[in-house]
Amino acid sequence: MKRPELEKILGVGLLLVIWEITARSKILFFLGIIKMEALAFPPTIPSVAAAFYQDIMNGTMTLSIGYSIMHLLIGLVLAVLLGVPLGVLTGWSRRAEYIIDPVIQIMRPIPPLAWIPIAIMMLGLTHQAAGFIIFIGAFFPVLVNTYSGVRGIDPRLVEMAKTLGATDMQVLTKVVLPYSMPMMTAGIRISLGVGWMCVVAAEMFGVSTYGLGYKIPYYGNILMYNYVFAYMLTLGLIGYIMDTMFKRLESWKLRWRETI
Amino acid sequence: MLSIKRLTKRFDNFTALLDVSLEVNNGEFVCLLGPSGCGKTSLLRLAAGLDTPTEGELFLDGKKIEGVNKECGFVFQEYVLFPWRTAKGNIEFGPEIRGVQKDERERISQHYIDLVGLKGFENHYPHELSGGMKQRVGIARAYANNPKLLLMDEPFGALDAQTRNIMQGELLRIWEKEHISVLFVTHSVDEAVYLADRVIVMSAHPGTVKEIFEVKILRPRVRTGPEANAMRDLILKSLGTEIKKAAGLK
Repeated sequence: MKRPELEKILGVGLLLVIWEITARSKILFFLGIIKMEALAFPPTIPSVAAAFYQDIMNGTMTLSIGYSIMHLLIGLVLAVLLGVPLGVLTGWSRRAEYIIDPVIQIMRPIPPLAWIPIAIMMLGLTHQAAGFIIFIGAFFPVLVNTYSGVRGIDPRLVEMAKTLGATDMQVLTKVVLPYSMPMMTAGIRISLGVGWMCVVAAEMFGVSTYGLGYKIPYYGNILMYNYVFAYMLTLGLIGYIMDTMFKRLESWKLRWRETI
Repeated sequence: MLSIKRLTKRFDNFTALLDVSLEVNNGEFVCLLGPSGCGKTSLLRLAAGLDTPTEGELFLDGKKIEGVNKECGFVFQEYVLFPWRTAKGNIEFGPEIRGVQKDERERISQHYIDLVGLKGFENHYPHELSGGMKQRVGIARAYANNPKLLLMDEPFGALDAQTRNIMQGELLRIWEKEHISVLFVTHSVDEAVYLADRVIVMSAHPGTVKEIFEVKILRPRVRTGPEANAMRDLILKSLGTEIKKAAGLK
């Protein structure tokens, strides 16, 4: 494709047109999917734009974005701080792997939502509690990717470093870590995405009255679906922007790789 | 001087080396030649301290080799460069590990970049370099660590014939300048005759020293000269029976 930009715009445009037609024609009501005509579902694009404008102007949206990014950062930083060392440890030492792996395999399938009661019990209705829920979602991709990166190291690189005089510690810092950096970075990028998806779970139980994840069920409960849409779209857009920024950083930082 | 005394290496179900004794004198260029499975690579790994002998001992300048031998430079066929480091970064790895100051490291890497002919490629990453260039980095990295002995495991085996000839010439030029002993594993009789002061022919299953040839041809050697041809004949004869044996022929 010579001009993917054009196709991208086309795709988004098409979605908007279908959305608006669906909204204006009230087809969901006539099909019986929506029971009340007054619900106006889906909301029209102008009504969503108005909701967005309204909450930007009164600061609700901006504060919510700020709070959600803060919760994400708490969880993500914690996930990296714990996931990377634990991944290196289990990738490096078979014994550590045997001890830690069963615990991880049992914890991993438990969804972040299920941790809400524990988060409330341990941390109360605090930002840390929201960060903890995001941490649960973000932790495993960092851990698993770091583990695979370290485990996959070319043993000859390690031997080479040793004949060049490296101690075990230097092998770790000068060979193992840089070698597994691409996998680790990929893991962190996945975690960024998963963590962001956990924002709703992290905020829905009310650690604060702001937050993209708090506002969506809040506006849903009072049937203000144009606001729900505005917040959902914001969630999606910010997730997309963060991922793009991370990808740029990644390809620049890891430009030594053969295939980019 | 590397001296190997009555070295035996057994793995679970086979004997890689049996009662091998040999010496590499200071500044000498020795080639190990033999069929696959004759334990050439095992021998290099033992000299590098990457494996431990089942029996026998190895000494480098009178010091027994125990644990990884940090005074040898290893050059692999597959280069084994650190892909996240530039050519210069690879060459500086050894000095960096040993805590050499930055200015001194710069001086060392510059010296070897010039010596191996990498000028202009210092800041390239390995994936941006050709095979020959990669091996230049590999050789410079080994030299930059100031080793007492260079161990080379078919370093030019992955290169095309022309590049291989060029690299052989380059290696001799560097070796004549730096004069560090080299133990060089190869499959190629031509290569051995062109490079070595001594050629050690090994036999396989188990790996033992079969015959040692002194190559007294003056350098620069002519690859197709009568002396080289005669030497090649001698070695091929010695090796021929080994290769047949290894291939299961009578």
